[in-house]
Amino acid sequence: MLKIARLAALLLGAIFIAPAVVQADSSSITAAGSTALLPLVKAAAETYQAEHPDVKISVTGGGSRVGITQVAAKAVDLGDSDILAGEYPTLVDHRVAVTGFALLVNSGVGVSALTKKQIQDIFSGKITNWKDVGGKDQNIVVINRPRSSGTRAVFIQTFMGGSPISQDGLVEDATGTAVSAVISTPGAISYATFTGVRNRGVTLLKINGVSPTDENVASGKYSFWSYEHIFTNGVAADATAKFLSFIQSDRKLVRQLGYIPIGDMKVAENDR
Amino acid sequence: MEAEDGDEHAALKRSTLTEKHAAAAHRRERIAVALLQACSGVFIVAIGLLIAYLTVEGTRLFFTDHKTVAEFLFSPTYSPETGQVGALPFIIGSLAITAFAVLVGGPFGVAVGVFFSELAPKPVAAMMKPAVEVLVGIPSVVYGWLGLTLLVPLIRAATHAPGFGLLAAGIVLSIMILPTVITLSEDALRAVPLTLREGSLALGATRWQTIRRVLLPAASSGLTVAVILGIARAIGETMAVQLVIGNSPTLPRGLLNSASALPTQIVMDMGGAATGSLLQHTLFSMALLLLLIAMALIVAVRFTLRSRA
Repeated sequence: MLKIARLAALLLGAIFIAPAVVQADSSSITAAGSTALLPLVKAAAETYQAEHPDVKISVTGGGSRVGITQVAAKAVDLGDSDILAGEYPTLVDHRVAVTGFALLVNSGVGVSALTKKQIQDIFSGKITNWKDVGGKDQNIVVINRPRSSGTRAVFIQTFMGGSPISQDGLVEDATGTAVSAVISTPGAISYATFTGVRNRGVTLLKINGVSPTDENVASGKYSFWSYEHIFTNGVAADATAKFLSFIQSDRKLVRQLGYIPIGDMKVAENDR
Repeated sequence: MEAEDGDEHAALKRSTLTEKHAAAAHRRERIAVALLQACSGVFIVAIGLLIAYLTVEGTRLFFTDHKTVAEFLFSPTYSPETGQVGALPFIIGSLAITAFAVLVGGPFGVAVGVFFSELAPKPVAAMMKPAVEVLVGIPSVVYGWLGLTLLVPLIRAATHAPGFGLLAAGIVLSIMILPTVITLSEDALRAVPLTLREGSLALGATRWQTIRRVLLPAASSGLTVAVILGIARAIGETMAVQLVIGNSPTLPRGLLNSASALPTQIVMDMGGAATGSLLQHTLFSMALLLLLIAMALIVAVRFTLRSRA
């Protein structure tokens, strides 16, 4: 029996030690988190790896809260997030870009603009038919993002003003699936990043009369936006720091992918 | 004298050789047995650790956060960020889609099992058996995706509801439990002694009478096990259900309503659950509940099989 236990311990030990040995490679960088920021980090990683063949960068999504909890647990080097991480004091914030978010609706609802108040009433479940906001007589299908989503957090902070989101809506767990669901579901409304709605042929709403454009975000007229953060746990290690400053310096890439360089912003604050 | 010596020598040599072989075989035997024991030892340790871990983490909600088991099981409000940890919507959601799957997929699966075991001509059975096995091998995300692209639009067109909901999830699960139910009910029927069939047919019963009056009652415990394992398959299914159920954390008011189930809610929320948070503890309690349900189902299988003997 002792022998069995010893062998078992050995095998178990091997299982736990093997990945640790693999991870010890110092020039590998891992990132996880916000699906809103994912396209930028992915593209930056590709360009950076092409220029620095000795560095390996692996990037995954999961949601802003995933990025924050993963980097806080030191499971990844970089945690991507649309929101701040006040509850983890060891995390160091690196702002890399600004992203705008849009309210999007199924093309059949007959509405192209809403006020903040109307948006709040729709998502809290007070308004349930499009005819009450000037559209067709059709039930409103609210599509939310899950708790782990930074986009959801930014939406709540921008529009909900303390009143809770109705739980009755559908929940889609990524930007892409939420946009697809809005396109295919009659009466649907949801929210997503500018990057996520580009080239998808979906109707974007004016909010309080302001169109969702980069210019309106930069000038401060359009209020549904947030900084994109990359968190490191403590001061970034050398390879990680170089990659971070690479992302922050590449304005062309930022614009190309539909984000707004921080330097373009004429308003500050509004941090979540 | 000399000859005897030689014989003795040879015999001695032979016996040493045999002993050597025996010793080597013995050594190999010991190594093999030790390896087998080690594997099962690792297995038992792993299962034990898993159950212990889930039990510890899954009860923190009650011991650390001082929520009551009654609130967890019976409160319809799930909002961990405001301290409400009711898992009733997900329990109801899981039960509803599983019941749907068993009510629709169960009889259908048993019927196909009967066909395979009693009626199918050899070539037909030879063609369809692999088809059933393929059904098992299809990853659940594929079922979910087909549900999302075919079933949800179909329900939407037929009912003017959004399409995502209990009905879509129930139908997808009905299809997913078929291979389990078909295979196990076919085995159960094949295990019925041939003499029963022969006796029934010799008495002048038709094949349908034989199936209904003799074979199904004789195989009832095996068929029950087939359905129970179908339930076990359905209640834990995550990916396929998550894609079509709509994921609303509220009590469903009808088959067409969007809802959420225990495993799907875990997968939706676990990524953002910080270590030690109320949300994480709630999700662990839900995982523990799933483990307990799985255990209860296995006990039910054991009980059914034993009661036959």
